[in-house]
Amino acid sequence: MISLNINGVQREVEADADMPLLWALRDILQLTGTKYGCGIAQCGACTVHLDGQPIRSCSIPVSAAVGGRITTIEGIAEGEKLHPVQQAWIELDVVQCGYCQSGQIMSAVALLETNTNPNDADIDAAMNGNICRCGTYPRIRAAIKRAAEIKRGGKSA
Amino acid sequence: MSSEGKGTADNGRRQFLIGIGVVAGGTAAGMALRPWLVGAAEANRPPVDFQPHAFVRIGSDDTITVIIGKSEMGQGVYGSLPMILAEELDVDPTRVQVEIAGVDPAFNHPFLPAQFTGGSMSVMTTYDALRRVGAQARSALLTAAAQQWNVDVITLTTDNGVVRDSRGRRLRYGSLVEAANRLPLPDPTSVTLKDPSTFKYIGKPQRRLDSPIKVTGKATFGIDVVRPGMLTAVIARPPAFGASLRGFDATAAKAISGVVEVKAVPSGVAVIAQHTYAALRGREALVLDWDTSANDALSSDGLRDEWRTLAKRPGLVGKNVGDVNAAFRSAARTIDVEYELPYLAHACMEPLNAVAEVTADGCELWLGTQSQSQDARFVAEALGIEPSKVRIHTMFLGGGFGRRASAVSDFAVEAALVAQAVGKPVKVVWTREDDMRGGYYRPLSFNRVKAAIGADGMPLAIHHTTVSKPVLANTAMGKMAVSKEGLDPSTIEGSADMPYAIPNLRVEVHNTREAVPILWWRSVGHSITGFVTNSVIDELAVLGGKDVYEYRRELLKEKPRHLAVLERAATEANWGQALPAGHFHGIALQESFGSIVAQVAEVSVSEGKVRVHRVTCAVDCGLAVNPSQVVAQMESGILYGLSAALDGEINIEGGRVVEGNFDRYRVLRLVDSPAIDVHIVNSGGPIGGIGEPGTPPIAPAVCNAIFAATGQRIRRLPISKSLKV
Repeated sequence: MISLNINGVQREVEADADMPLLWALRDILQLTGTKYGCGIAQCGACTVHLDGQPIRSCSIPVSAAVGGRITTIEGIAEGEKLHPVQQAWIELDVVQCGYCQSGQIMSAVALLETNTNPNDADIDAAMNGNICRCGTYPRIRAAIKRAAEIKRGGKSA
Repeated sequence: MSSEGKGTADNGRRQFLIGIGVVAGGTAAGMALRPWLVGAAEANRPPVDFQPHAFVRIGSDDTITVIIGKSEMGQGVYGSLPMILAEELDVDPTRVQVEIAGVDPAFNHPFLPAQFTGGSMSVMTTYDALRRVGAQARSALLTAAAQQWNVDVITLTTDNGVVRDSRGRRLRYGSLVEAANRLPLPDPTSVTLKDPSTFKYIGKPQRRLDSPIKVTGKATFGIDVVRPGMLTAVIARPPAFGASLRGFDATAAKAISGVVEVKAVPSGVAVIAQHTYAALRGREALVLDWDTSANDALSSDGLRDEWRTLAKRPGLVGKNVGDVNAAFRSAARTIDVEYELPYLAHACMEPLNAVAEVTADGCELWLGTQSQSQDARFVAEALGIEPSKVRIHTMFLGGGFGRRASAVSDFAVEAALVAQAVGKPVKVVWTREDDMRGGYYRPLSFNRVKAAIGADGMPLAIHHTTVSKPVLANTAMGKMAVSKEGLDPSTIEGSADMPYAIPNLRVEVHNTREAVPILWWRSVGHSITGFVTNSVIDELAVLGGKDVYEYRRELLKEKPRHLAVLERAATEANWGQALPAGHFHGIALQESFGSIVAQVAEVSVSEGKVRVHRVTCAVDCGLAVNPSQVVAQMESGILYGLSAALDGEINIEGGRVVEGNFDRYRVLRLVDSPAIDVHIVNSGGPIGGIGEPGTPPIAPAVCNAIFAATGQRIRRLPISKSLKV
C-alpha cells in the first residue's frame, strides 16, 4: 500500500512503486480529470502539481510522490467557488473538445502562483509543455491574463 | 450564462446526475444546480412528458430536453443545435437540458442512411428540422393554452417557456403538456416559422455550456468510463501494415501482477488486466512473432518516386473545360511544377479507446465516436448479433477530426471482440503510439500542375494531375460517391470546382492502392487541393507580374460572395500597407463544405525558421447560428492546418510508420501560435459548415507569405522540411 496526499486527503493506493502517478490517479483512485495523452511527458495532458510544481504525472512513479502534496484538476476549486483560472476559461470560452484543458489549467494555475502578472514570454515558457489539438492557444493566452486580473481582485463576469 | 430555470433544479435529479458524473451547467463564478447534460440511459423523466418528436421533450416540471444525435468533439454542437430548436420553441437555450441520443434512425443524416457527425454538416443539415420541431411543439402548447382559456390562439404569445394572453394571464409550458398530449400535432412542414429578423437567440453569441464540466475535469470522455467489474486492455498491434502473427508466447506477460488474461484478437494480441499499467507491462513482456514481409518494400519516399512518373501519364479525367493543350500552344508563359503533401495523422488529444460489455442480451459500448449507426452495424456483424442489440453511449470526444468516423469502426469492433473474449466489461486503450501508427491518415498526395498565362498575365490554363489513394472509395460512402470509372470526388474537390475563373481547366486523377490505410482528415480533399490551387494562383500572379491580391480579385469578379470574403480578409489585414520590418503577407481563399473562407497570414522568416505572427480570417457561412463558436472553429481550423503545414508528416519505411509520438510528430505549441482575427461576413446565403472550412486556406496563405518574404516557393509540405533560407 502506498499512501498519497491528494487534494488535501490522504489516500491509500494499492500499486507497484513504479506505477506512473497518472495511472494511480486514473485507474486506482478514479480521478479521471487528469488525462493520458502521450505517456512520455510531451503533451502535458497529465499535468498535476507536486508540492505546487507542475509535473507530468505520466512520467513520475507513484513512489516519487509519497510524502508530497499532490493537487489535481479536481482539487483547485474551493468548494463551489472555481479557481480564477477556471473562471477565466469559462468567461473566454477557451475549451473546445476539452481533453487537454485539465493539463492546460494546471500549468496555468502553477504559473499564476509565482507570477501575478505574466507577460507573453512568461506564458510561452510556462505553457510550452501543453499541447492542444483544437487550437485554443490564443484563448489560453488571453484567459491566463484574465485569470491574473481576477486573482488580483478584478471582477469575474 | 443564467441558470435560473424556475422549477428545474430538482434535487433528486441533481444527485442522480452527479452520481453518473455528468453534472451541471453553471456560472463563471461557481457551479450551478441545474443539470445540463444527460445520457439517454440516465434520463430521469418527470411524471408527464410531451414529446412531439425525437428531438424534444417537455416535462410537466418545465424541463425542456433537446435530444442530440450528433457527437460533441469540440465544435460546440451541444450548444448550437439546442439553440436552433429553443429559438422556435421560445425558451432561453441556456435553460435547455441536453440529452445524448442512442442509435436511432430519427437522428440519421437527412440524405444518408447513417447517424454520424462529420462533413461540417451538423447545423446545415438540422437547422430546418430543428426549427420546425420547435415551432410544432410551441404551436401545440399554444393551442392547449387557448383551449384552457377558451380564447382564440391568435391572441396568445409566448416568452421563455410561458404562454401569455392579452389580459396578462400566464401558463407555464409544463402545465400544458398533459393537454398538448391529447391534441393532434400540427404538420411540421407547414407550421409557421419565426421571421429571422425576430430571432432572440440565433445569430447572437452564446457561451459554451460544457465549459463548467470541462474546466473541472468532470466531463466524461470515452477513456474515463468506468463500469462495474471492468478490466483494461491494450493490444499488441502489427508493427507494420499487413503484418501477420505467426505465434506468441504469453508466459511472461501472464506472470505480471495485475494481468488477467492474454487473448489473440483479429487486430493483435490483447493483454487484459486490472488497470492500464499492468496491461502495458504485460504487453512489453509478450514474445511476439510477426511476419512483416508483406510490405517490406513500402516507403513513402518510394511512393513519391513512383508517383512522380505516374503523374506524367494521362489519368481519369475529373474535369475538362476548354482545351488546355490549345491554350498552352498560345501561352505567353508557362509553369510545370510538382506539389507534394505528406501522410498526416489526426493525432486527437484523446487516444482512441472504447469500453464494451457483451452479454446474452447484446453489446453495450461507451465511446467517443463520430459514427454511431455504422459502429452498431459493424459490431453486430463481428459478434454475429442483430444491430438492434448493440447499444451505443456516446461520450465526449477528445478530438475527432475524422479519425473517430472510422470507415471500419476499428476501435469499436475491437473493444467488442475483446469484451466478448473475456466475458467482462473491458476498456481497450490505445497508447499514443498505437494511435499514431495504427493507420488512417490523410493521404499522401503528389500533384503535377502545368499552367499558362496569356500576354496580359492572366491565367489561360491549368492542367492539374493528382496521384493519391482515394478517401471516399475506401469508406462506406464509396459506393454512392465514386463513379464507375473510379473517380472519387474527394480527390478533386476544391481543384475541379475552384472558384477562380480559369478559361481552360483540366483535372486528372490516378488512384493508388498502397497498403497504408487512409481516411478523411479535417476538410478531406480541400486541405490538399486548397494548398495546390492557391499556391499555383500565386505562382501565376507572380509570373504575370501582378499583385497576388488584385489578381485574385480579378479572377473572382464573377463570384460576389467569394470576392466579398477575399476583400474583407485583405481589408482587415491592411493588405498592401506597411508591415513591421521583415514581415510579409500571403493570402488564400477556399470554398469548402458550403462556406467560403479567406485568410491573410503575416509571416517572417529568419535563420531558417518561419514565424506566423497573425492570421486575419474572413468567413461567409451564410448564417452564423452561434457567432462565438464560428469564430472558435475558424481559430481551431487555422491552427490545426498550420500545425500540419509547418511540421506535420507521417513517413513510412519498410511498411512501418516512423513517427509514433509527439516527440517526432511535432505539433503546434502555444509559443508558435499566431494571433488570429476572425471576421464573419453575413451574406444571408445558404448555411454552410464551420468545423472544417477554416483549415484549407492556412497552408497556402503561409507559403505564399514565405514566397513574398524569401522568394522560395514551398511546393512540398511540411514547410520545416522544405525551407532552405
